[in-house]
Amino acid sequence: MGNLLTLTTFIPLIGAAILALFLRGNDVAAQRNAKWVAMAATSATFLISLFILFQFNSADTGFQMVEEHSWLLGLNYKMGVDGISVLFVMLTTFLMPIVIASCWGVDSRVKEYMIAFLVLETLMLGVFMALDLILFYMFFEAGLIPMFLIIGIWGGVNRIYASFKFFLYTFLGSVLMLVAMVAMFSLAGTTDIPTLMTTDFPSSDFAVLGINIVGGVQTLLFLAFFASFAVKMPMWPVHTWLPDAHVQAPTAGSVVLAAILLKMGGYGFLRFSLPMFPVGSEVIGPLVLWLSAIAIVYTSLVALVQQDMKKLIAYSSIAHMGYVTMGIFTVNQQGIDGAIFQMISHGFISGALFLCVGVIYDRMHTRDIDAYGGLVNRMPAYAMIFMFFTMANVGLPGTSGFVGEFLTLVGIFQVNTWVAVVATSGVILSASYGLWLYRRVVMGDLIKESLKSITDMNGRERAIFAPLVFMTLLLGVYPSLVTDIIGPSVTALIGQYDTATAAYDAAAQVAAN
Amino acid sequence: MISADIQTVLPEIALAVYAMVALLGAVYTVKDGAASMLVWLTAGVFVLLAAWIATTSSLTVTAFDGMFVADGFAKFAKVTILLSAAAILLMSETYMARRNLLRFEYPVLVALAVVGMMVMVSAGDLMSLYMGLELQSLALYVVASLRRDSVRSTEAGLKYFVLGALSSGLLLYGASLTYGFTGTTLFSGIIEGVQDEPSLGLLFGLVFLIAGLAFKVSAAPFHMWTPDVYEGSPTPVTAFFATAPKVAAMALFARVMFDAFGGITGDWQQIIAFLSVLSMFLGSIAAIGQRDIKRLMAYSSIAHMGYALMGLAAGTAFGVQAMLIYMAIYVTMNVGTFAFILGMERDGRPVTDIRSLKMYAKEQPTRALAMLVLMFSLAGVPPMVGFFGKLYVLRAAYDAGLAWLAVAGVIASVIGAYYYLRIVYYMYFGEGGEKLDAPTQPILGAFLMASAAAMVFGVVNLFGIEPLAAYAAATLVN
Repeated sequence: MGNLLTLTTFIPLIGAAILALFLRGNDVAAQRNAKWVAMAATSATFLISLFILFQFNSADTGFQMVEEHSWLLGLNYKMGVDGISVLFVMLTTFLMPIVIASCWGVDSRVKEYMIAFLVLETLMLGVFMALDLILFYMFFEAGLIPMFLIIGIWGGVNRIYASFKFFLYTFLGSVLMLVAMVAMFSLAGTTDIPTLMTTDFPSSDFAVLGINIVGGVQTLLFLAFFASFAVKMPMWPVHTWLPDAHVQAPTAGSVVLAAILLKMGGYGFLRFSLPMFPVGSEVIGPLVLWLSAIAIVYTSLVALVQQDMKKLIAYSSIAHMGYVTMGIFTVNQQGIDGAIFQMISHGFISGALFLCVGVIYDRMHTRDIDAYGGLVNRMPAYAMIFMFFTMANVGLPGTSGFVGEFLTLVGIFQVNTWVAVVATSGVILSASYGLWLYRRVVMGDLIKESLKSITDMNGRERAIFAPLVFMTLLLGVYPSLVTDIIGPSVTALIGQYDTATAAYDAAAQVAAN
Repeated sequence: MISADIQTVLPEIALAVYAMVALLGAVYTVKDGAASMLVWLTAGVFVLLAAWIATTSSLTVTAFDGMFVADGFAKFAKVTILLSAAAILLMSETYMARRNLLRFEYPVLVALAVVGMMVMVSAGDLMSLYMGLELQSLALYVVASLRRDSVRSTEAGLKYFVLGALSSGLLLYGASLTYGFTGTTLFSGIIEGVQDEPSLGLLFGLVFLIAGLAFKVSAAPFHMWTPDVYEGSPTPVTAFFATAPKVAAMALFARVMFDAFGGITGDWQQIIAFLSVLSMFLGSIAAIGQRDIKRLMAYSSIAHMGYALMGLAAGTAFGVQAMLIYMAIYVTMNVGTFAFILGMERDGRPVTDIRSLKMYAKEQPTRALAMLVLMFSLAGVPPMVGFFGKLYVLRAAYDAGLAWLAVAGVIASVIGAYYYLRIVYYMYFGEGGEKLDAPTQPILGAFLMASAAAMVFGVVNLFGIEPLAAYAAATLVN
């Protein structure tokens, strides 16, 4: 199985090609076939990706299962996974069948919908496996196309504005990264990611337009990558595209967006920013920590006043991503372990929360919190599931949400106590908006006339939530499943980072004397 | 000696003779009755010539004491020009015939314009440069006003003529200054005289030459004619304007800059970088308000010329290679896009309003998908091949120390993405509006699909044009 990674990446694309070429007609049977083909493709991807997990040796901190073929312009088609990326691959393949199952009720342009998701899966997997800068950029950017269409075609009332904003906002962030990549290509003479991770980019100060750039080229490159990943994460204050995109996207689109696409930003920080520009990270890092702390508190407060359920969860996602960026830029074992853990766990929890909104949206066609109330009377099973994931989102011990938040907070406490104090208040705030949302939607008496005939979740919906509940609990009570895999790679990353920054500090010391 | 010279220019002679024979033959026989056949014949001749040029040796040969240069660079440009011209001719036949525009002069004029372009890219002397340029331009002025009874078409032709004449004047003035200060019109002579510290008069000449050439490639701020001419000309003619002449003018630009002024790269680099940044931003911003797809494509081509100039501004062999690859990709994309535009009809009449595309994807999912690929490719979004064109020129600009130009270029590309996205939006989720007719011309569909497929599958290895372009660039820059 020399090309396991390529196989995993491109199975969904093959599924999409089969749909595009062979599926004709638009009747109910054709729609059902489209859904089953998509389901088969995503499930097959998941099953094959399990081999990646089994073959993966977590003691080895280098890249594994590497495939390499030469491409044009001196670029390579190179794929591989390490401890940091393998779990993102698994998260993606695990969630996609669930996503497909969640759009079983869609009946407009089903074939195209399925094709869009299958193409998107290939691109997302490619992002996490690519070991060539430009290859990474291709997967990273190409993902915008299907997502633009998913929001634009199957989205809500205001979908045109949201889709354009989504596309142009993220595109603007990424093109600066492209220039930085071209610069790295020139400076290092290669686009091979493992080589670049050990390349020392120049870090001596110089002036641009009279402004002294501390950390020199590294800082500039860091900022260019930061522009892209910060938008993708999204970090405050460049987060404004996310609430719009989430609210307008169809349920499955929101799930993919929150659970997987946002993680690309965090993954990018770990794969590029820290190992390639340690000095740049050292210079900008403290600012990122504060931005994260502000994001946690500010977006939590914004979430409190939302009238739209999806918007509330979207702001909650931004707050949780704040923990991730904070954890990453602590650059210690707990912080980064926690950040990765938080990303994986948030993948399950936020995905599930958007699915929860989807369940009642499918019935009532509104996401307005005021339109609900007292659902527990008619939908006990739903109330339980929603409760579980609200609690997981708040970070209740025993769920995976707790582990990630706790580890990042432990990490930040060692680095900057004040940021830790501000960030910890976010835990309380998340409880307030989460539980308040739950109270307004689920608790109380069922007084609204329109809700009197609402039905509880059917078998398909229950089946969708089952694996998510299982994973959230499993990781909550047995977190070393994740930390054992990521631990060695993270340790290696931190070791390398510390060496590089120590050398820089020593050089600065010498220069100062 | 003379026979060797003749042999070097044999493709050009063959095409010129063909054009004249076709003209005479048609005049003295069935006239417009032969038009349809002539279109196919001319396209066939183009393809044959392209194959001929592609398979002959690409060693550098000069003819007529250096006035004419046949080298790898000219070869690459000529093949691109011939193939794109052939594609456009084939696409235009039905469109022209339906609107009673299909005159036998059309393929003949196109053939003559192509002869001019082939001379342009092989020019080794200011005289042959001007000769090629004017042969091309005069033929193009006429085809722009092919629809004689339409005010807009004649206006387009007249505008093109007046502004084209102005630019030729500028070019000639520059050429005369260059001649005056170097004493020769041969590029090989000029480059020997122009090294290190050129005189002020010569720099004046250089600037006028660049201004004249910038007119021809429609780079801002010399772009004013482009939107009007694109809009007013019959659509197949617009498609032609957007492809082959652009390649020829860009190749000529590179030829003059490197063959004649290669010794003073630093002096023209800044001017071209300025033209480039201006074109990219103007093309991207001005297109936002356009509703007419032909005007939109005009601004799009201005922006794309900006990117191609970015490669040229680098002033290196890699920059020229990037520019050639960019132009080859650009031409392929434009052939596909115009194949789509030519098929936009309602009740048999051509439509150019982009709002007429609303919900096109529901009626014609395959064609809409192909157009989507082309639009994202034009916008430079990976994995479409258009992205690689941008990547090459960005790399070239960065390596040449023009990082600011690269940053400006990517920012302009985000602005430009807006209007390409808008077309996708109309096709996939714009609501309301009348439907367009179902496509009736399979040949347009074939070109559209082929172009879109090339944009997707080119990702594998760009169909091997990279080493060809590298070789072509190496023969020009040494």
